Amino acid sequence: MPNGYVLFEGDYAMKTTAVNITEKEYLLPGNRTCPGCALSLAYRYILKALEGQVIVTVPASCLTVLHGMYPVTSVTVPCVNTPFATTAASATGLVAGLKALGKEGLTVLAVAGDGGTHDIGIQALSAAAERQTDFLYICYDNEGYMNTGNQRSGSTPLGAISGTTPIVGKQQNQKDIAAIMEAHGIPYVATANASYPLDLYEKVRKAKMIRGTRFIHVFVPCSPGWGFPFSETIKIGRLAVETGWVILYEVEDGVFRLTSASESIAEKSNLKPLREYLVEQGRFKNITEEQIGILQRWVNARWKRCLDRAGDSQS
Amino acid sequence: MGTRDCQHICDESSPAVGEAGKTGEWRDSFPVIDQEKCLPARQNKPSCFLCWLYCPDAVVSRTIPIRIDMEYCKGCGICAQICPVHAISMANEAGFCRDKTD
Repeated sequence: MPNGYVLFEGDYAMKTTAVNITEKEYLLPGNRTCPGCALSLAYRYILKALEGQVIVTVPASCLTVLHGMYPVTSVTVPCVNTPFATTAASATGLVAGLKALGKEGLTVLAVAGDGGTHDIGIQALSAAAERQTDFLYICYDNEGYMNTGNQRSGSTPLGAISGTTPIVGKQQNQKDIAAIMEAHGIPYVATANASYPLDLYEKVRKAKMIRGTRFIHVFVPCSPGWGFPFSETIKIGRLAVETGWVILYEVEDGVFRLTSASESIAEKSNLKPLREYLVEQGRFKNITEEQIGILQRWVNARWKRCLDRAGDSQS
Repeated sequence: MGTRDCQHICDESSPAVGEAGKTGEWRDSFPVIDQEKCLPARQNKPSCFLCWLYCPDAVVSRTIPIRIDMEYCKGCGICAQICPVHAISMANEAGFCRDKTD
């Protein structure tokens, strides 16, 4: 059992399903997200997992849009709107404030997009992780600055058309933020996907009970930004996992474990070719064969690394 | 809104349904549930509920039979895509209106 990890009776006794998961909603209908928004879906399960016992801090992002305009909000939990670079810094402040007031049982949750995590917020996040500040950081990754017009971010993949790379697509590949955070030696790092909400729910539940800096990277397909129909959000997210573009895993005190769909893909070793994922999206319409080859090799190398690590931790 | 229960104006937002207005007006197609096919309705016991699970806007109810809040459903069609027995289909709003006026 890892340090600081408290297992409550009955927490893992029953597998969570669509039938027995809590029905209470913390995210209200009629919010400002686009139809078929994966962030909205992911956030619904993040808040369900934290059971409302949470203070959220959010930088400028799609999530600020979801939270709504004063004097009305779509979310029933307290939220701090913070400048772009200071998500983790404000979370550190909230943790200090709660400690000074002697309030216990509340989770401080920082939620930022990939722009606010990979690019602008990384120094504050890195510093907070190094201090082992006790909060949960969730990066929802829609691979671009989708709220402001689909500009490229540090997470936009090679060959993807964005607002700032409109003709030939981006010339660099994305950075692996989960690996960067893992290198900080924090107690819990996980990747999740909005298309697997129960897996995300379990991971947030687990992260809630761990002390120290916890990081979850949530992949959220973006229909208007990526160029696919609203109704296919779940399908695109699943394809990303089935082709190995996203690998669902968790690293708990250094112990690596594949979860959910990635675990079963590893067992059956039936990874689909990446092309199946790319052709579904309008943003890859100008991608070259050479770039597809580079991306496929990148995916293969990462998948092999994950399989090796999963094998090592089992033996 | 923006006031406490005592009606004093405060600097915090208050949670409310429909922050962006009636988001049902955004729809160009709307979901229709075939209760003959829907698993919970057919078996008359809680099961499946994938449409409730995957709805990004939490407008599907986890009840028997399943109901969708048309005032706020944005018509994304995820429920129709995800339904394992194809009990939900998307009908065109425009067609619906035309039929009415004919």
